[in-house]
Amino acid sequence: MALRKFGAAAAVTVALALATPAYAVTEIQWWHAMTGPNNDVVVKLANDFNASQSEYKVVPSFKGSYADTLNAGIAAFRAGNAPGIMQVFEVGTATMMAAKGAVKPVSQLMKEQGEPFDPKSYLPAITGYYSTSKGEMLSFPFNSSSMVLWINLDALKKADIAAPPKTWPEVFADARKLHATNPTCGFSSAWITWGLIEQFSAWHNVPIGSKANGLDGFDTVLEFNTPLETKLLESLVDLQKDKSYDYSGRTNTGEGRFTSGECPMFMTSSAFYPSAKANAKFNFTAVPMPYFPDVKGAPQNSIIGGASLWVMGGKTPEEYEGIAKFFTFLSDTDRQVNLHQASGYLPITKAAYEKTKASGFYEKNPILEVPLKELTNTPPTENSRGLRFGGMVQMRDVWAEEIEAALAGKKSAKDALDAAVSRGNQMLRQFERTAVK
Amino acid sequence: MVEHRRFGNLLPHLVLLAGVAIVAFPVYLAIIASTHDNSVIANGQMPLIPGSHAIETYWNTIVSGTGKTTREPVGGMMLNSLIMALGIAAGKIAISIISAYAIVFFSFPFRMTAFWTIFITLMLPVEVRIFPTYKITSDLHMLDSYAGLILPLIASATATLLFRQFFMTVPKELVEASKIDGAGPIRFFWDTLLPLSVTNIAALFVILFIYGWNQYLWPLLITTRDDMQTIVIGIKKIIDVHDALTEWQVAMATAVLAMLPPVAVVVLMQRLFVKGLIETEK
Amino acid sequence: MENRAIFSGKLLPYLLILPQLAISLIFFYWPAVQALQQSFLVQDAFGLSTEFVWFENYVNLLQTPEYYQAIGVTFVFSALVAFFSLTLGLLLAVMANRNIRGVQIYRTFLIVPYAVAPAVASVLFIFMFQPGLGMIARAMQRNGIDWNPVLNGTHAMILVVIVAVWNQISYNFLFFLAGLQAIPKSVIEAAAIDGAKPMRRFWTIVFPLLSPTTFFLIIVNITYVFFNTLGIIDTATGGGPNGATQTLVYKVFQDGKVGSDLGGSAAQSVILMVIVVGLTAFQFRYVEKKVHY
Repeated sequence: MALRKFGAAAAVTVALALATPAYAVTEIQWWHAMTGPNNDVVVKLANDFNASQSEYKVVPSFKGSYADTLNAGIAAFRAGNAPGIMQVFEVGTATMMAAKGAVKPVSQLMKEQGEPFDPKSYLPAITGYYSTSKGEMLSFPFNSSSMVLWINLDALKKADIAAPPKTWPEVFADARKLHATNPTCGFSSAWITWGLIEQFSAWHNVPIGSKANGLDGFDTVLEFNTPLETKLLESLVDLQKDKSYDYSGRTNTGEGRFTSGECPMFMTSSAFYPSAKANAKFNFTAVPMPYFPDVKGAPQNSIIGGASLWVMGGKTPEEYEGIAKFFTFLSDTDRQVNLHQASGYLPITKAAYEKTKASGFYEKNPILEVPLKELTNTPPTENSRGLRFGGMVQMRDVWAEEIEAALAGKKSAKDALDAAVSRGNQMLRQFERTAVK
Repeated sequence: MVEHRRFGNLLPHLVLLAGVAIVAFPVYLAIIASTHDNSVIANGQMPLIPGSHAIETYWNTIVSGTGKTTREPVGGMMLNSLIMALGIAAGKIAISIISAYAIVFFSFPFRMTAFWTIFITLMLPVEVRIFPTYKITSDLHMLDSYAGLILPLIASATATLLFRQFFMTVPKELVEASKIDGAGPIRFFWDTLLPLSVTNIAALFVILFIYGWNQYLWPLLITTRDDMQTIVIGIKKIIDVHDALTEWQVAMATAVLAMLPPVAVVVLMQRLFVKGLIETEK
Repeated sequence: MENRAIFSGKLLPYLLILPQLAISLIFFYWPAVQALQQSFLVQDAFGLSTEFVWFENYVNLLQTPEYYQAIGVTFVFSALVAFFSLTLGLLLAVMANRNIRGVQIYRTFLIVPYAVAPAVASVLFIFMFQPGLGMIARAMQRNGIDWNPVLNGTHAMILVVIVAVWNQISYNFLFFLAGLQAIPKSVIEAAAIDGAKPMRRFWTIVFPLLSPTTFFLIIVNITYVFFNTLGIIDTATGGGPNGATQTLVYKVFQDGKVGSDLGGSAAQSVILMVIVVGLTAFQFRYVEKKVHY
């Protein structure tokens, strides 16, 4: 009796053993900073990839804010257990790029793995940012966005403004008009340095720094303390006096002021779309960033914001196989189309963009095409391919500090910009020193 | 005071009531806010009396998580905080009491060196050694773990000093008597010293529990996983929201929950708490 | 320690102190040494390239205006918190020291802020003071005060000072109360018999007798601002605007955070260690005196 039971159990065990694959699944750690619905997107992509094959398993881990994720990754690398894939925001690019050996460039990875990979099939505004000046793609663009001007149409109608502003002078005038109905805020913005310095320069085809904004070398020098930039800042300082323009902080914590109706014009990332849709209880739209019409070449094209996926060095060959396959998986046109339409992320391949256009999606959702139009407005120049400055996270803080000082009336706009440039240059020289040649 | 004053008695009451009002108002406001809906709060129309959403909000906050901001229900965070606080309190007391015991009741080479080594750690609060400590914790693979949350914080010179001071007041007759009874050092510790120390231990426990529960910088740096967050860090993440509006009713409910255990401990064990506070600073 | 009763034991004492020594060495001393080491280096974030630079990080630090600003901020912050928190604590303690009914209840309420984490306290006050949202912020707007801690450095400082004072009231209150209760009634009564009025009695007798406690509390409050306000600053102002609320410790935290200046952050840490040693030595030297008082 016992023997028969034993026999049955043994049979079951053998059957189970034969049923499971003889080799282990290669796990790939993916560290990211996506919250809310974006987090759902990440999880779904990983699950779909894992379900589509059985050799590799991508395991996403939320690590906090972009800065936290970067720190965690750096510490993990130093301790010898970095993840396979790390999502790094665009301003961390220089830090990642300088870390030869710590990261594996994507183009190199794909070539080594023999995965089909054609840099030309990606939208140049996006790839340019994450590539070397020779066109070698370093990281894989993931969630990209551009900066747009969000408009509360109902408020504009109330203030008798016929159409959303196209130029900066129009913005200033409209802000003053809106001040009557919105005394605490006619116009505001988020991501202060991204908007007022970085995007502003690219959009007007003027340099932020030398060497193609740092893309061509770490010996770049900042150059944005120009009369044009000063003009912009001075105008905003003036408007800040009676809150026709009202500062909302360095990052995007003030975005709620748009959806609450307090600030009828708000310049921030196109990635704000899901929140705006969910929370704004009025008619709104998004239009391209304003420009100064008397500047030759404006509007040029915008620089992307967002993050890309970096492949860390020192991983096993099996992991690299899996990562390469994952990137191919992500580049698939239909997948990109669905991702774009569902999440608001910009599609990264030309094919995906064309397909979405062809399907008439943008007629029904014009707001989603605005950032794309900005990015592809004109072929990028040296001043608008992107930017790459070491220590960028702290540099943005330094620039923001100076802008804040100007807005608070503590310094003149010119002095603030000069200080921002000189302090920034100090940081660049420090970074250059430690960058592994 | 010395004189009898009828109106004089009014003054202290007024001042103390004003003090209590100032102290209690922010807490009261938080409790009220946690019972209202976010749209009422965000539009600045929140009344000063409780609303009707208490159960719904607290349920969402503690149990199901709110999806948009915290992926982790606060209940889990409270558990992490509890484990950390208990671990730190128990850990600190345990290692300090035996160290103090060794230093007071034994004579051995390098005794004073050991004492000073421990004492000098008073001069190295975690904030001044924060990044190297983080690196070491990372190298030991203790990030995102309870060990990592607890161990680096448990060497405390203050607890050792307290116990040392107390032990020095133990009459030597007691020790002699024990020895005569044939008790070795360990027996003496368990049977005699420990029972004598109970009040001190309890007082310290209150202080250290609050210290552990309210930690901010250290957990912030070493935990990144959602399920390892403590509730004090959780609050920061709730108001630090980038892609949506802050859910203030959740933030306030979380604040209330974050305050509840330490405040309860302090209030219920008031006498011990005050004793512990004053003893540790001597 | 001459009259101690001693156990014999060769191995046991070492085993007993081992855990604390081990933790102290691994998590206190080793990091302190590393901070010292790191302060002499210039490194990239990943630790792939290292350059030994002697005191360059320190020199750079002493030439950065932001460092001096942080010193100033820490100083002002400490002074304000010490002054207001001590004054309020003393006032409440004096009132509670009178034999009135319900002192226990008042005391119970007044010790609550101590139990609240600084970061949580900060959130409570942000809720009241955030422009556009907070009850008090709106009240100020309605009355024409342009309350704006996001852009106005002074407002930001006021906000964090309020939170810190609120958080520290309990501590000061309790110690002042204990100090007051330790003053023998006979001394007060003698003065009353001599005809001194309550206010005079307070300033000429009570306050001087409280000076050890006051002195002690000043140091504690300064230490609190130096090291325990990180949670407040991080949640309320992030060190801004324009560095207006960036204390020395917060600067260490921010500079090291993205790994781009570990050397500079370490140099700041070392300088802070020196300051703490000073403060602690001062406190202990002082407390020794108090015990012999």
